[in-house]
Amino acid sequence: MIELNNVTKTFGQTQALQSVTLTCSGGKTTVLIGPSGCGKSTLLRLIIGLTEQDSGTVTFDGVPVAPNNVFSLRRKMGYVIQEGGLFPHLTARRNITVMAGYLKWNADRIEERLDELLELTQFPHDGLDRFPLQLSGGQQQRVSLMRALMLDPSVLLLDEPLGALDPMIRADLQEELKEIFQALKKTVILVTHDIGEACYFGDEVVLLREGTIIQKGTPEDLVFAPVDPFVTHFINAQRSPLENVRAQ
Amino acid sequence: MSMNVIRKCFGIICIFYVATLFTPLAVSGEESVTVTVGSKKFTESVILGEIVSHLAEDKALKPVHRRELGGTRVLWSALLKGEIDIYPEYTGTISREIFAGLGIENEEEIRRALSEKGIRMTGPLGFNNTYVIGMRADVARKLGIRKISDLRNHPELSLGFGNEFMDRGDGWPSLKERYSLPQKDVRGMDHDLAYRGLQSGDIDAMDLYATDAEIQYYKLQTLTDDLSHFPEYNALILYRADLEARAPGIISALSRLEGLISEPEMILMNARAKLDRIPESKIAADFLAARLSLDAEAHGETVMSRFWQHTYEHLFLVCISLIAAIGVSIPLGIIAAKKTKLGQIILGFVGIIQTIPSLALLVFMIPLLGIGGPPAIAALFLYSLLPIVRNTYTGIHDIPLHIRESSEAIGLSAGARLRIVEVPMASSSILAGIKTSAVINVGTATLGALIGAGGYGQPILTGIRLDDVGLILQGALPAALLALFVQGAFEIAERMLVPRGLRLKSMA
Ligand SMILES: Nc1ncnc2c1ncn2[C@@H]1O[C@H](COP(=O)(O)OP(=O)(O)O)[C@@H](O)[C@H]1O
Ligand SMILES: [Mg+2]
Repeated sequence: MIELNNVTKTFGQTQALQSVTLTCSGGKTTVLIGPSGCGKSTLLRLIIGLTEQDSGTVTFDGVPVAPNNVFSLRRKMGYVIQEGGLFPHLTARRNITVMAGYLKWNADRIEERLDELLELTQFPHDGLDRFPLQLSGGQQQRVSLMRALMLDPSVLLLDEPLGALDPMIRADLQEELKEIFQALKKTVILVTHDIGEACYFGDEVVLLREGTIIQKGTPEDLVFAPVDPFVTHFINAQRSPLENVRAQ
Repeated sequence: MSMNVIRKCFGIICIFYVATLFTPLAVSGEESVTVTVGSKKFTESVILGEIVSHLAEDKALKPVHRRELGGTRVLWSALLKGEIDIYPEYTGTISREIFAGLGIENEEEIRRALSEKGIRMTGPLGFNNTYVIGMRADVARKLGIRKISDLRNHPELSLGFGNEFMDRGDGWPSLKERYSLPQKDVRGMDHDLAYRGLQSGDIDAMDLYATDAEIQYYKLQTLTDDLSHFPEYNALILYRADLEARAPGIISALSRLEGLISEPEMILMNARAKLDRIPESKIAADFLAARLSLDAEAHGETVMSRFWQHTYEHLFLVCISLIAAIGVSIPLGIIAAKKTKLGQIILGFVGIIQTIPSLALLVFMIPLLGIGGPPAIAALFLYSLLPIVRNTYTGIHDIPLHIRESSEAIGLSAGARLRIVEVPMASSSILAGIKTSAVINVGTATLGALIGAGGYGQPILTGIRLDDVGLILQGALPAALLALFVQGAFEIAERMLVPRGLRLKSMA
């Protein structure tokens, strides 16, 4: 379980997060959504300790995330960064197993875990020896996901994992990801700016604007019980242009 | 059984021990005493150095001649430090330059000032190699110039002086003042290159030594020093006082040189070296055979053996300095990339080192490290820092943020991130920096010869001194080839060391 209590983070003049209080319960998928620059990535980076908050607390299973325990906490969290973050000089296999190797897992254990992940993500075995630049966008995302899952973390943090993919592949991967989440029963925090994606994945959806939480609830709450005109405005702004076609 | 082995080992160790006790006794005595002779980078000094070397050998000493060691300052500080034991010098240089400003004039005062520094001198060798100003005879005749004071009426003339003459106490500044000379176009250049400038008409007058072989050869007119500006430059030999105890034989041998060499004789020896290309060692041996009936053996080296010697010296300078620079620069570059403030200081510092002229840096090293390999290696080391530090810094600094953060987020420690992600990703840039350093290093190492470090600079230096293009090429060509080879070797290394996944990028 991850809890943020009254967390504030500023970059110079920019208020990235203002007094954010949020609880992400175990085994559930929480989706962070909001316009670009509203603080979604900053929130994830605080949880995994890539930046430190100015005030407030971030706790992981009741333990405050702090510089002295961040290394051990990170092994319990998997993180897929917005741009993918694959190491271009390492093969897919090394990308996925680099941390297990660093922790001195034996080869059998690594192979076993790798096989599980390949099956889970439907990644072709012969792709493992390719370099990131030799993989398609969808394959790269699978490798990023496998890397995040390698140590079998209890929490998975995904920052716009499908953002860079074209729509067809994106739809396929959405489905797959949802199956994976359901199979793994992990605590998932997923960032997206797409309302459809948010509703598709989210047990709970958190809408942010300029560093503050506007509304937190089920997808239905947001659509049918908006607490602020901004919520409706945000949802409507993303309505499919196809609806207009149908309306005529 | 095992006792037996132990006893055997013990016995062998004892034998070695006893042997080492006696070995020094067996070879001690005068024959093992090494005497280091120095000479400046002009022919006359080299010939005198060879003469002294032959004398030392005749006294069963082991002479080492460090030839062509830059100028007065290099030799004087090397003598004081004991890097060399003996070198030929001139009275005028001692009084006007080494002891400049102390008002030392006559021989007795010089002798006293030297002995305060632990240095002794022989009496004058017999010739006065003072400075003279020379012009092409035909030009001088046309302009009607016979004396230095005649130059006053020709402000348009351009003058080219040896670099040492430009800034020494009795050189150009005081000459100009003494004679009120109006010339504006005054250039400092290598003494040997100045002859060519004079021939081609680039310059009209230059400084010469009275015993220069070229005065005859180029048909030069020497201008009378009508205001007696230049002091006497009587040649003599300086040596360290401790030599009297260490190698007494050489002292009496040196005294036999006093008054032995006349001006015409010195001009002749200089001409044999510069114009007839006879090795200095042979000239010195011939002189000693003729005047002292001394049976000295001239040391000739074959071109090949000299080449290998220079190659070995050059590679030694380059490899040691480069390896040390790599070892220091990569960590510095990494620190610079990690710590912004400290990084600016590091980059600024190595940048400043790069702006120091290489010759100045070499000479600056002499008081600290003496002459020969160590100061040259230190200077080359300092020069090699910047490209590697810069490229390491850039390589790591330019790693995209998302990759750096991913390596952090998966839980790798700072050290592991450096080893597994950052250094491999920067490897291409780091290697390019090392390549640049290596190529610059190979070129700059040729200057090492000026402070006695040898290498390909040695034949270049001798070639310039003797105006021998072939000899210059013997140094310049291998140096250029070595630079090309280094470049090629690094390109191959790049293919082997830079991870394949990174090279894909350049293909895409
Ligand atoms: N390292 C940083 N330095 C300065 N400003 C930053 C930094 N990271 C984020 N910001 C600013 O904080 C705000 C929130 O950024 P971010 O969390 O990345 O937004 P989102 O992921 O929702 O698009 C933005 O205005 C962004 O410009
Ligand atoms: Mg973002």
